[in-house]
Amino acid sequence: MNESQVVVNQAIADLQREEGALLPILHEVQDRLGYVPKDSVPVIAKALSLSRAEVHGVVTFYHHFRQQPAGRRVVQVCRAEACQAVGADALVEHAKQSLGVDFHGTTEDGAVTLEAVFCLGNCACGPSIMIGDDLHGRVTPERFDALVKAARK
Amino acid sequence: MSVTVFVPRDSSAISLGADTVAREIASQAIRNGCAVRLVRNGSRGLAWLEPMVEVQTPEGRIAYGPVTPADVASLFDAEFLHGAPHRLRLGKPEDHPYLAKQERLTFARVGVIDPLSIDDYRAYGGFVGLEKAIHRGGAEIVKAVTDSGLRGRGGAAFPAGIKWNTVLNTPADLKYIVCNADEGDSGTFSDRMLMEGDPFMLIEGMAIAAHAVGARKGYIYVRSEYPYAEATLREAIRIATAAGFLDHFELGVRRGAGAYICGEETALLESLEGKRGIVRFKPPVPAIVGLFGKPTVVNNVITFAAIPTILAEGAEYYKNYGMGRSRGTLPFQLAGNIKHGGLVEKAFGVTLRELLYDYGGGSRSGRPIRAVQVGGPLGAYLPESQFDTPLDYESFAAIGAMVGHGGIVAFDDTVDMAKMARYAMEFCAIESCGKCTPCRIGSTRGVEVIDKIIAGRDAEGGPQVNDREKNLALLRDLNETMLAGSLCAMGGMTPFPVMSALKHFEKDFTHA
Ligand SMILES: Cc1cc2nc3c(=O)[nH]c(=O)nc-3n(C[C@H](O)[C@H](O)[C@H](O)COP(=O)(O)O)c2cc1C
Ligand code: SF4
Ligand code: FES
Repeated sequence: MNESQVVVNQAIADLQREEGALLPILHEVQDRLGYVPKDSVPVIAKALSLSRAEVHGVVTFYHHFRQQPAGRRVVQVCRAEACQAVGADALVEHAKQSLGVDFHGTTEDGAVTLEAVFCLGNCACGPSIMIGDDLHGRVTPERFDALVKAARK
Repeated sequence: MSVTVFVPRDSSAISLGADTVAREIASQAIRNGCAVRLVRNGSRGLAWLEPMVEVQTPEGRIAYGPVTPADVASLFDAEFLHGAPHRLRLGKPEDHPYLAKQERLTFARVGVIDPLSIDDYRAYGGFVGLEKAIHRGGAEIVKAVTDSGLRGRGGAAFPAGIKWNTVLNTPADLKYIVCNADEGDSGTFSDRMLMEGDPFMLIEGMAIAAHAVGARKGYIYVRSEYPYAEATLREAIRIATAAGFLDHFELGVRRGAGAYICGEETALLESLEGKRGIVRFKPPVPAIVGLFGKPTVVNNVITFAAIPTILAEGAEYYKNYGMGRSRGTLPFQLAGNIKHGGLVEKAFGVTLRELLYDYGGGSRSGRPIRAVQVGGPLGAYLPESQFDTPLDYESFAAIGAMVGHGGIVAFDDTVDMAKMARYAMEFCAIESCGKCTPCRIGSTRGVEVIDKIIAGRDAEGGPQVNDREKNLALLRDLNETMLAGSLCAMGGMTPFPVMSALKHFEKDFTHA
């Protein structure tokens, strides 16, 4: 068994007795591996007595789950109204330029994946971004570059 | 004797450097030979002053803010541990004009206590409501909730007592209590602040609901964008369980996965069941056929958090706040382009103008506030002429707007309202669950039509301009179809921001 199969089996063993266990299992797999590998779908489906199509349908329905590995750090930039009111659109443009990628894209060195997010609950202190699980407020283009630089290390 | 220093652990404060400030205070204390006890409290909700540090002095707590790591050395030099003067000194937080006039029932403890100290929670009136409820029957508790006039704080404003009564009177071997902590609306953060700043209050409210309707199991569904809140809740449940407060009620935390529609209660239940978040037809309502087909109370975080006060102080006490059929208080959230953003808990009836100017201090940019969106991405845009509308469910409905979850997003005069209308359609297209055609397809068509209108605006003459009336008619038609042909408010209310933008700010849609 390779590492990802071990992780998937462990997640199933730990969580399959939970009610509605599919999302908790997918979260555990993605938290540990950074994505939900395609070959884990039939394994999870079998354990939960679901069809592959059902599991696949869930993975693809939710924006949070990814089927491809992301860069080492995921940078989410808030695009929602309260952040737009204080310059989120300009920050988004800057982020794309500065990283040289579009949303869902990963920088060439595999360090950073850029994602859009609709509100981080930091709407009095926008524009907001989240790097991994770390929230940052009042992010100017300069601060964006500094934060991303620190996160690349 | 050590001095107690408070540095918020609220994620908004952390987003502005609170963790670094806390570390800096700890290390400078050692360097200066001062004994400091560091408490990580919630946020008082004065977002522009975060990180706001407080020091316990014999005269009471003294606040300083906004504190950057670079300020810490000078705070020690000025003897802030004794509450001494400093350029960042704000005085007693409770005397600050932003807080002094608030009516904090639900947020009374947030920012004051250590959110994970059950002793603090008890010392500040926690668990009084639950202890009173334990000695009462379900019907009596439900009556108190009904009499308080409490309506759902998640957006739809449905009376909580009626919902609980249905669950109480539906016989079943198993019933569930589900907390909607999906808080997807832009401009809202009160659920998050409460979960991070006073999680036991939510737990207590849910435990009271469980006792009232006869449920033994419950879930809090937290959006994946709130990792700090999720961690705080998990820890709080562990502590409350160990302390014996959850002996008859098994409470779990579930994480959403980045889908706005999962805030809609039936999509949320589908998601909890491990499925795609597709909206269910109603009836049956979740109170009768809910999670795994069982009778289920689904309420918002702030709805549950209002319950302990109602039980502890009585229905009349809560009901005495508010106006008309909107009883009690709402934690309003001031967001977007606003100078003094943050959380303002007030009785219903306060006007938008008071919130925007008396509390908010006008725009952050210093330019005139031109438009305000209230109630999240499905809420209408209001122009200045409507700023005197009192915040009350019925008054807002009367002008085609909604109070919703109490999020207030201000925009200055640089806003392009055609762009905001386009964004509303785009958001609907991205977040639609896909069940109804008007929502799934109509929103994409909406983006296209608005794009054509915007393009026409910029074209110097030419055929596009002549098409403008046709495109506007098409947009109106489309909105009518979405309004009438959508199963839930996602497709059914996206027309509100779009049409209000067109109605009040038509010149943004016209040929320049
Ligand atoms: C598209 C859509 C999104 C919603 N999002 C939320 C949400 O994020 N949080 C919430 O509490 N209610 C949300 N609601 C309202 C819920 O459907 C439901 O009314 C609420 O959970 C009931 O709790 P309450 O009565 O305590 O407000 C949403 C509704 C719709 C139609
Ligand atoms: S209106 Fe939109 S989100 Fe609501 S049920 Fe229909 S398709 Fe789904
Ligand atoms: S709108 Fe960006 S954090 Fe809420």
